[in-house]
Amino acid sequence: MSASTAVEAIVESEYEHGFITEIESDTFLPGLDEGVVRAISARKGEPEFLLEYRLRAFRHWQTLATPRWAHVHYPEIDYQAISYFSAPKSQDGPKSLDEIDPALRETYNKLGIPIEEQMALSGIAVDAVFDSVSVATTFRTKLAEAGVIFCAISEAVHDYPDLIKQHLGSVVPHTDNFYAALNAAVFSDGTFVYVPKGVRCPMELSTYFRINARNTGQFERTLIVAEAGSHVSYLEGCTAPMRDENQLHAAVVELIAMDDAEIKYSTVQNWYPGDAQGRGGIYNFVTKRGDCRGARSKISWTQVETGSAITWKYPSCLLRGDDSVGEFYSVAVTKGRQQADTGTKMIHLGRNTRSTIVSKGISAGEGQQTYRGLVRIAAKAQGARNHTQCDSLLIGDRCAANTFPYIEVKNPSAQMEHEATTSKISDDQLFYCRSRGLTTEDSVSMIVNGFCKQVFNQLPMEFAVEAQKLLSISLEGAVG
Amino acid sequence: MLSVKGLKANVGDKEILKGLDLEIGRGEVHAIMGPNGSGKSTLAHVLSGREGYTVTGGSVTFEGQDLLDLEPEARAHLGLFLAFQYPVELPGVNNTYFLKAALNAIRKARGEPELDAVSFLRLMKEKLKVLHLDDSLLKRPVNFGFSGGEKKRNEIFQMAILEPKLAILDETDSGLDIDALRIVADGVNALRSPERSVILVTHYQRLLDYIQPDYVHVLAKGQIIRSGGKELALELEDKGYGWLGAEEAA
Ligand SMILES: Nc1ncnc2c1ncn2[C@@H]1O[C@H](COP(=O)(O)OP(=O)(O)O)[C@@H](O)[C@H]1O
Ligand SMILES: [Mg+2]
Repeated sequence: MSASTAVEAIVESEYEHGFITEIESDTFLPGLDEGVVRAISARKGEPEFLLEYRLRAFRHWQTLATPRWAHVHYPEIDYQAISYFSAPKSQDGPKSLDEIDPALRETYNKLGIPIEEQMALSGIAVDAVFDSVSVATTFRTKLAEAGVIFCAISEAVHDYPDLIKQHLGSVVPHTDNFYAALNAAVFSDGTFVYVPKGVRCPMELSTYFRINARNTGQFERTLIVAEAGSHVSYLEGCTAPMRDENQLHAAVVELIAMDDAEIKYSTVQNWYPGDAQGRGGIYNFVTKRGDCRGARSKISWTQVETGSAITWKYPSCLLRGDDSVGEFYSVAVTKGRQQADTGTKMIHLGRNTRSTIVSKGISAGEGQQTYRGLVRIAAKAQGARNHTQCDSLLIGDRCAANTFPYIEVKNPSAQMEHEATTSKISDDQLFYCRSRGLTTEDSVSMIVNGFCKQVFNQLPMEFAVEAQKLLSISLEGAVG
Repeated sequence: MLSVKGLKANVGDKEILKGLDLEIGRGEVHAIMGPNGSGKSTLAHVLSGREGYTVTGGSVTFEGQDLLDLEPEARAHLGLFLAFQYPVELPGVNNTYFLKAALNAIRKARGEPELDAVSFLRLMKEKLKVLHLDDSLLKRPVNFGFSGGEKKRNEIFQMAILEPKLAILDETDSGLDIDALRIVADGVNALRSPERSVILVTHYQRLLDYIQPDYVHVLAKGQIIRSGGKELALELEDKGYGWLGAEEAA
């Protein structure tokens, strides 16, 4: 089938590629070919350059094989069995909280999340339920006054096509890896942030007030550009467990920091990890990269990863500008049958570039966790420095933690420090806490939160408190 | 208050406590002395419910309740406190946060209202003053990177905050200089009341110069082989344990 007829077929035909039911009329049938890519672009009314971009990515993706090097195991994904377009306001979610997994609701209640928000998080349509629309409007006005652009990437494509054309794919090219190519071909929506020269963004940009724009789908795309001397802090995700019909998530996040600019990107990821056997959990295959393009620029990644059945994720920094700084602070928890292969890459290209890596891995149950980190010092990167600290905490004896630090140093002036520890919560520590009146669960949660302290300290205050709570809840029952 | 009768306990296959009897009344201070390896720490651990010990005989009641059936935290809720011979480090766990959580866990278990942050802070300030302790202690992670003396003082500080009914101090005096020893003694003396009892496990007569015990017991080879008043401690100082036929364990 030719590409152009495919568009029509998918968009218009009721039979071969038609709509599944009246109610789900905005969801494409499963399958991926050039026609689907064109149809996505057409449905979004995208300019030509973006369609071309998607097609280039798609053609490249077709030449690629699924990466196998990560230390994770899962059944083969059938990419032809996935539907690649679902309109944002699809009605196929649950209709009320009664339809939601009781375990999930219990967690919401423990986190103290109001009913309205619980509904929003579970994917129940909540349009007029609470105040988020007006809150969001107030925020937008304030941001607009500062000149900060914060909008859906699909809007930005129309409103700021030049910025998108200039920056999209400039940090993570579509040729980067299998999932990045797939995302570039079929990305659904995501966030665009632009902070003009010299502007300090007047507030933390959090997804909290994007709650209405939540259904960005499984191929999310985020692009943040910080012009010279600007500063922005972006909070992604939500401590509440997020439910999603789509199993595969392959997001791409690109950050660009010009001279003296600073981007702080914090994530709390709590996707559904699946049932006790790991069935139905989210596969989270993300490509996140920051480009410290300007001199003295700084990009800082902080992540708390507690969800997903499988996580494959390496937020990285390209330290191109002289004296630029990259940071990676991570807490990853795997329990039950969860698997995570995560870490970072710090690529030192500029002179006197500095990077810090602090990774805290916690495994419980049969959780499998791998830290994979690359620090590369290029020949030109005179005076580069890296400090890596990589700690694993094991709870129980059926879980595992692996550490794969890769170091490539091409400049002899580089200063590298690497520390790695693996520990268990000792019986001594547990008994000590319990002898002071704390239950085993509270003791474990206290010890684990202590272990993660360095990372939590990097999170914005309110997020840090939530992250601690989340960690405690996710480790409940981890020690018997 | 505490009644230990014929207590026998094993670690693995090895019998450590071999029929130990001990009666502690309300408001009394008992010193337990004895050679290394005689089972003093084992007794302290068994009383506070540490895993890894098997009680093979005897009974322990605390205020009429069977203590041996209870989890360690339940014993703490009843008012039992152990100052550890080797206090444990909790990296990243703030001392203040830890103590507040502990105190409130105990209060909650007793059906008392939890203390809010302000009242708790006030309580801490007060106790720091009584013990002549520096408040830098509060901001640090529990025992993490503490010197030996600081760890012991932190145990006493915890005791002062938690106000137990029965405190067991396991060689809290070992390795302390004279100033630290005074702090420990002040802490214990401040806690002394007709309502509270203390078991002082110690090696040395020295501590007993500062804390006057009502009774002194000698523990050797898993049994209390001699009990007396504070003059017994002086006698031990003079003659050593050998005099009682209780040589240091091999
Ligand atoms: N966890 C353990 N495993 C094996 N033996 C132990 C253990 N704890 C104590 N013991 C043994 O029990 C005996 C009494 O030890 P302990 O109660 O620590 O003595 P004390 O405190 O009087 O010096 C010693 O012989 C010691 O080696
Ligand atoms: Mg001892």
